[in-house]
Amino acid sequence: MSDREPLFSKKNLGLLSNPLNSSNPITVQVLGICSALAVTAQLKPAVVMSISVIAVLAFANVIISLLRNTIPNRIRIIVQLVVIAALVILVDQVLKAFVYDVSKQLSVFVGLIITNCILMGRLEAFALGNKPWPSFLDGLGNGAGYGAILVIVGFFRELLGSGSIFGFKLIPESWYIVNGGFYSNNGMMILPPMALITVGVIIWVQRSKNRKLIED
Amino acid sequence: MKAIRNFFEKTKPHVQKGGKYHWLHSTHDAFFTFAFVSKETSKSGTHIHDFIDLKRTMSIVVLALVPALLFGMYNVGYQHFGALGQLGTAGFWDMFLFGLLKVLPIVIVSYVVGLGIEFIFAQFRGHEVNEGFLVSGILIPLVMPVNTPLWMIAIAVAFSVIFGKEVFGGTGMNIWNPALVARAFLFFAYPGQMSGDAVWISASGVETMVDGFTGATPMAMAAAGNTDFNVWNAFIGLIPGSIGETSTVAILIGAVILLITGIGSWKIMLSTVLGGAAMGLLLNAFAGDNVYMALPFWQHLIIGGFAFGAIFMATDPVSAAQTEKGKWIYGFLIGIFAILIRVVNPAYPEGMMLAILLMNTFAPLIDHYVLEGNIKRRLKRAKVNA
Repeated sequence: MSDREPLFSKKNLGLLSNPLNSSNPITVQVLGICSALAVTAQLKPAVVMSISVIAVLAFANVIISLLRNTIPNRIRIIVQLVVIAALVILVDQVLKAFVYDVSKQLSVFVGLIITNCILMGRLEAFALGNKPWPSFLDGLGNGAGYGAILVIVGFFRELLGSGSIFGFKLIPESWYIVNGGFYSNNGMMILPPMALITVGVIIWVQRSKNRKLIED
Repeated sequence: MKAIRNFFEKTKPHVQKGGKYHWLHSTHDAFFTFAFVSKETSKSGTHIHDFIDLKRTMSIVVLALVPALLFGMYNVGYQHFGALGQLGTAGFWDMFLFGLLKVLPIVIVSYVVGLGIEFIFAQFRGHEVNEGFLVSGILIPLVMPVNTPLWMIAIAVAFSVIFGKEVFGGTGMNIWNPALVARAFLFFAYPGQMSGDAVWISASGVETMVDGFTGATPMAMAAAGNTDFNVWNAFIGLIPGSIGETSTVAILIGAVILLITGIGSWKIMLSTVLGGAAMGLLLNAFAGDNVYMALPFWQHLIIGGFAFGAIFMATDPVSAAQTEKGKWIYGFLIGIFAILIRVVNPAYPEGMMLAILLMNTFAPLIDHYVLEGNIKRRLKRAKVNA
């Protein structure tokens, strides 16, 4: 066992970068759609949600990976759930303490990270069969892949739906029809259907660039 | 005619394989088949073709829409001068020209944006240009309020062509009627410009409307508890509303054209009207002192977009049910839902758009069960005989 794998070997870096593109949890595996639609009406909750999921996923992966040889196979799901639930409660408390208004906005969706398919999926598919360090990278990568889509969707929805970014108004007030201008915010961008269409457009763009992802 | 044909013949070598402008070949083909019947013959399969291809079918629908379009232009002017209180002094041509200048830009924007996207998709995907937009391009202006800003029309058209049609694979593959997708998009995205009392009348230059004149549509008034509109005007079409849907007379002329040529399905038209009437009667029976519910059922058929939707939207052969029995179910449910949404749901003053989109979604399901039912029936018969 003299030739130990370097910390950032090519394989490990792949764990980090693949979920951002060719195995993205949202656009390729189509997991975690529910929260992606619910929290992306504005950019700020989308960013906070992404960070929360990254944190929970990375640490849950590490913990399960450490325990992987001691968990009895028959009760592994419930053990995974306990770990995720504990981490989610921690994250929820941190959010309530430091960004209370965003935590209010996210409301139930922080708690629902527990049921996010991405988490259970990574724990089952990766952490149960790999060492802690690769599991940690895998968690970071998948969380970031999820977060990247959330931020892109949130950016367009807030820009077109509210005319602002991070709550900062980009469209001058005098442009609006009510003030005698010609512009009007697109109310449909605020509604969940448009979030789904935005995700669909991202999938469209991604697959037309990366033709390998097109299934017959 | 000869000159046009010569032009196409002369430019043809340039767009054929190896020619300088090969990338324009679908555009060339689109304009050529629009003007003339294609000389292409089948290489395999069916060899006998009707000369009525998709382009001729679409042209007849456009023709059927012309009365509604012309009347819509006149009515835009009529409502404008009505708001000014100048109905006595303004003549027919004043009104018509005013309306023409208001409506024409909307039609042009609709066609330029829609056809532009269709041509781009055709070039990229290397197939022929889809004809489907010929009809959608004229339907979209007809279902818009006259005051809709042109950039909103452009966005709505782009949305409906890309997300209503192209993502499903182009003409003939769409689930919903593209024109209604455009309207629904605007309805949810910019409700301020698509509903209310202020959007139906072109009031540019109108400081204050004359007393007793209101921009509210009969439906908005009825929803507010005032069903005392002029039924004759509603039938002729001299009421505020979207550009092409106010005149039941003009729509009926279009319906006759569609029925004579056999392009619109009479089953869908009839069953939609029957469904609307049935729901109207049902509401009448339980009206109590709700005046909107007590509105005579036949008046529902002439106000709002009901007639327009039943004749031109519900009968769209792509998004409607395909089986004969399915058409009856499909149309009847459109009528029922349209009146139900209109009267019972205060958030949506008109239900026709939502009813048709809903039933478009369910049309494949209806067809599926009609087919299954047919198969079962015949299997049973086969067993009895055996």
